Amino acid sequence: MKPRHKRFAFIGLGLLVLGVATVLILNAFQSNLVFFFTPSQVADGEVPQGRSFRIGGMIEDGSLVRENDGLTVRFIVTDTAKRVPVTYKGILPDLFKEGKGAVAQGKLNADGTFVASEVLAKHDENYMPPEAAEALAKAKASGAQQSKSLVVPQGRQGREGSL
Amino acid sequence: MSTGINWLKYSSPQAFYPLAGRLIPWFACVAVALMGIGLYMGFFVAPTDFQQGEAYRIIFVHVPAAWMSMFLYVVMAVWAGIGMGLNARLSFMMAQAIAPTGAMFTFLALLTGAMWGKPTWGAWWVWDARLTSELILLFQYAGVMLLRTSIDDMRRADRASAVFALVGVVNVPIIYFSVQWWNTLHQGASVSMATGSKMASTMLTAMLLMTVAFWLYSIAVILARARCIMIERESLPVWDEKAAVIQEAVEAR
Repeated sequence: MKPRHKRFAFIGLGLLVLGVATVLILNAFQSNLVFFFTPSQVADGEVPQGRSFRIGGMIEDGSLVRENDGLTVRFIVTDTAKRVPVTYKGILPDLFKEGKGAVAQGKLNADGTFVASEVLAKHDENYMPPEAAEALAKAKASGAQQSKSLVVPQGRQGREGSL
Repeated sequence: MSTGINWLKYSSPQAFYPLAGRLIPWFACVAVALMGIGLYMGFFVAPTDFQQGEAYRIIFVHVPAAWMSMFLYVVMAVWAGIGMGLNARLSFMMAQAIAPTGAMFTFLALLTGAMWGKPTWGAWWVWDARLTSELILLFQYAGVMLLRTSIDDMRRADRASAVFALVGVVNVPIIYFSVQWWNTLHQGASVSMATGSKMASTMLTAMLLMTVAFWLYSIAVILARARCIMIERESLPVWDEKAAVIQEAVEAR
């Protein structure tokens, strides 16, 4: 082996060891690296007790209630398995909507309600014009018929495709 | 293999210097043109987004800048590794030339990210895995540059900053996959090899144009910086085609 091959092998080996070490460290710190806890984790008692933490999930459809003072809001955060009721007094971000993601920071009180001191909106990675989003929503609403009509009998496929 | 060009010739600074000088204007011109088209498409042709409205348009700078920040770090680490393996001066010079541009794109990604986060999430900054690891990348670029300037012996400075750059490369996959491995406030990847694109096609085109523009810009700037580094480090007269002009200027003094 030439000296330069040795040096390259040494660099490669070093990077490999470093990579394995990083994987082990990240695995060990797994629970500290998450930004928020899910409602299921809240239900299982995996969340820090008596300390501020964040929960995240979808805002359940139809759960958003505004109190008469105009500032306090109540809503339910869900991960489709478990639900956590949240109260928050303050201004919500513009993208905060029912059926969309949100992350709230605060404390769990005795009756299981999450009292938030800060609420952030979490948006997804899909970008499209409003017309496309409407078309998608319509397609979803008539999902049953859609999926049936997608099953095209053999022999008609070529004609359908050419339309 | 047998293209008739002796590529190894360009591993010597004396041959690389004039070649880089000839290439820079081409890369720079195409970069500016593509940036113009990309920005025009991004701001005027691409449609409004269904949930974020106009605020999403910062993506046309944010995502290409973030991609370049990670890509340039890997390129820098590769040059550093080649420099270590072959003891090649030019490789170290390339690694040295890449760092400031990489740091600039990292800063740009963080800045545009903050400007995007406030109207959409409701916060300039959060300590989630994606944002934090990208901030660490900025510190890594700063570390590579500071380590180099803090050591006077050029050969030791080369090797020390190369080791630093190579060790730091583990952060790049962490940045990229952070949104998959942990739950973060930052959304997942809109464009990936595995799942394709989750964007309207004009949006995607504008974003890719900006990415190519940033890439060509990086090449132009890095080559120009590499030329400066060569003059500085080799303490040789300027190896330009216009050497005679400089000679005259020196004599006139």
